[in-house]
Amino acid sequence: METALADRPAAPSPVYAPRAADPALTRLRFLTCGSVDDGKSTLIGRLLHDAGLVPTDQLGTLHQDSRRYGTNGAALDFALLVDGLAAEREQGITIDVAYRYFATPRRAFIVADTPGHEQYTRNMATGASGAELAVILVDASKGILAQTRRHSFIAAILGIRHVVLAVNKMDLVGCDGAVFDTLENDYRDAVATLGFTSITAIPLSAREGDNVVQRSARMPWYHGPTLLDHLEQIDVVGDSPRGPGAFRLPVQWVNRPDARFRGYAGTIAAGIVRPGDAVRVLPGGRTSHVARIVTADGDLAEASAGQAITLTLTDEIDISRGDVICAVDDDVRTHDHIDALLLWTDDAPPRLADAYDIRLGTARASARISTVHHAVDIHSFTPHAVESLAANSIARVTLRLDRALPASPYTQDRELGGFILIDPLTHATVALGMVQPTEPEPARPAERRWRSFAKAVTWRITGSFDTFVLGWLITGRYDIAGGIAGAEMFTKIALFYLHERAWTSLSWGRVAPPSPPR
Amino acid sequence: MKPLSHLRLLEAESIHILRETLATCENPVLLYSIGKDSSVLLHLAQKAFHPARLPLPLLHVDTGWKFREMIAFRDRRAAEIGCDLIVHVNREGQAAGINPFDSGSRLHTDVMKTAALRQALDLHRFDAAIGGARRDEEKSRAKERIFSLRSAGHRWDPKNQRPEPWRRFNTRKRPGESFRVFPLSNWTEADVWDYVELEKIEVVPLYFAAKRPVVQRDGMLIMRDDERMALRPGEIVEHRNVRFRTLGCYPLTGAIESEATTLPQIIAEMRAARVSERQGRLIDHDGGGSMEQKKQEGYF
Repeated sequence: METALADRPAAPSPVYAPRAADPALTRLRFLTCGSVDDGKSTLIGRLLHDAGLVPTDQLGTLHQDSRRYGTNGAALDFALLVDGLAAEREQGITIDVAYRYFATPRRAFIVADTPGHEQYTRNMATGASGAELAVILVDASKGILAQTRRHSFIAAILGIRHVVLAVNKMDLVGCDGAVFDTLENDYRDAVATLGFTSITAIPLSAREGDNVVQRSARMPWYHGPTLLDHLEQIDVVGDSPRGPGAFRLPVQWVNRPDARFRGYAGTIAAGIVRPGDAVRVLPGGRTSHVARIVTADGDLAEASAGQAITLTLTDEIDISRGDVICAVDDDVRTHDHIDALLLWTDDAPPRLADAYDIRLGTARASARISTVHHAVDIHSFTPHAVESLAANSIARVTLRLDRALPASPYTQDRELGGFILIDPLTHATVALGMVQPTEPEPARPAERRWRSFAKAVTWRITGSFDTFVLGWLITGRYDIAGGIAGAEMFTKIALFYLHERAWTSLSWGRVAPPSPPR
Repeated sequence: MKPLSHLRLLEAESIHILRETLATCENPVLLYSIGKDSSVLLHLAQKAFHPARLPLPLLHVDTGWKFREMIAFRDRRAAEIGCDLIVHVNREGQAAGINPFDSGSRLHTDVMKTAALRQALDLHRFDAAIGGARRDEEKSRAKERIFSLRSAGHRWDPKNQRPEPWRRFNTRKRPGESFRVFPLSNWTEADVWDYVELEKIEVVPLYFAAKRPVVQRDGMLIMRDDERMALRPGEIVEHRNVRFRTLGCYPLTGAIESEATTLPQIIAEMRAARVSERQGRLIDHDGGGSMEQKKQEGYF
């Protein structure tokens, strides 16, 4: 099998891990996903092997394992490098996400190899949650399947902006460029609405090694990068959802070693902080100033997103785990109703009457699913009405919390926008959630009849008093003025009421409320 | 705003996990096995809770067969830091005469490490044991969550792990259940050594090459650390320049021949190595899924 690519250069010399301390070294976190048997684990195994990153003792084990469990005849089964659980090796499938770490002189990589079975979608989502790029595999001989769409959609809602469409098993379709072109076009059409920044399609064979690390001699019509080239070169900087943004620190732990020191420890979710900065604490909204940024390496003059620090403030304020310290001009607010996209990961449907534990940022509260607005169809990515949620379905819901928590749309802030729901009875993690921009308060509802009537009466009393005064001034007679005003009171109450109801039902000239952003 | 370097990102993530454990578990303990990963873990814990004194105890499960230099290093470091150190030995195993030579590596590990760890966690009612295991060490570890749930019997259920997106950890558990927490999950061997160099973290001298008494046995170089290691017929003790890439029980840990006596030399040697770190660990080779099986039974 290895000789199929005879004119390929000999196996590369080992690529050693670069100096991780090198400040120029960037890191890329990516995942492989797609349908069952599309070759995800094989691709990762092949990538590591061809880049010279598999230690010789592991290679020896791979030879043994390939003979015992291999699905590739006498040749090496690269999937066995990553499928680390006994059950996976016996069944030849991936059950849970495996993390692999490798580095080339250009970049350090963390790759999550995720399972393709729909049953294990929650594990795929776990692997996708921290990734910046998704390698979505399709089998060239099968084309785009339901799982290809589902995984693309999950990658998109989790905020992944870059996709590699790895068209695998090209050898099974005779390395035909037309098959590749059709598949690429199909895929681009299928995910056109998902908002990916880049989609790069690469024709390859993970089993044979074409276009993974080394250029394929069998597909001369392909002029794009190999998979490793692309992963080394793609620029994902600037994908940070909120840019620098205003400073936000979800408080993780209050450090009180003695009465003299009270520090608030946490990882900065966004922005930059400096001593002297004015800050606000949510919930509550009390304000103070940053006194010190404490670390074991000495106090800092400045700290930014991603750093784990401890803050002290100039005022004694009661702050506990789950509170958020933010810049005074930050727009984050607390919410006791949260609109969210849920990926339901439990086998049993939600119990809509019961409360779940929500973990959002470092805070926890009790949450009920008050409304299921719609589920998202994974074929068309369009909403459709549902009564409840099935396992692995994605739905837009409203949660009602037992207390207001600081929350922010997921697209702007992963820390205050990404949450899990936990079943308090089974302790299972039943859903992954992403906060959506809150629907604005519905436009003031049309008036009820009694309110129109009350307005008619008060207006009539005012109007009839005016009529009486005018009538008395003009005629000089109480009885005539009183008669006109008395009769008018009743006729015009009725007229005003009808007039008001007519206008209430008429939309002409009204300004529509701003429509909720999707 | 300069992006954080790869190492500083790893550091921040580990500190976050350590704080999360302390904030959400009632009685956490830091498993300290004296090796380089434990040294890094301890260093990160000191950073995470600074300026407080280390707010959790260290636990060392001592099999009685660790290198003498490891034990000396352990006691000195604990005294310097001023933290609580709990040393647990499986007395029943010891009384039954379990040892790596006569009982075999598998039984020795089962009784003196796995069962001993379960005993210690139960005895002190620890509900979270923080350890320095990394996903890059071994295939079944690559599958494990950062907060990994164990049943009341300390079993791991690898087929039914909780989703763990972002930094949101499900820390709910029933009485008796506990967590193994792995703050170094996303570190590699190279990251650990780079960080040791960057932060000037002290490690056991056994990692550096020196003349040591070794015996060739079963294709490995075993250091004869004390008289309990009886020589088999034909075996001779040689003094060779060796060092260790990982540290465990001395009869079960293979040395490598090396001239690397400084950190940069160790790092250069590791980068050029074509075999994995745990190759020198006999207990990993007790059968294909052996680490997974040991982990299911409660091994760290």
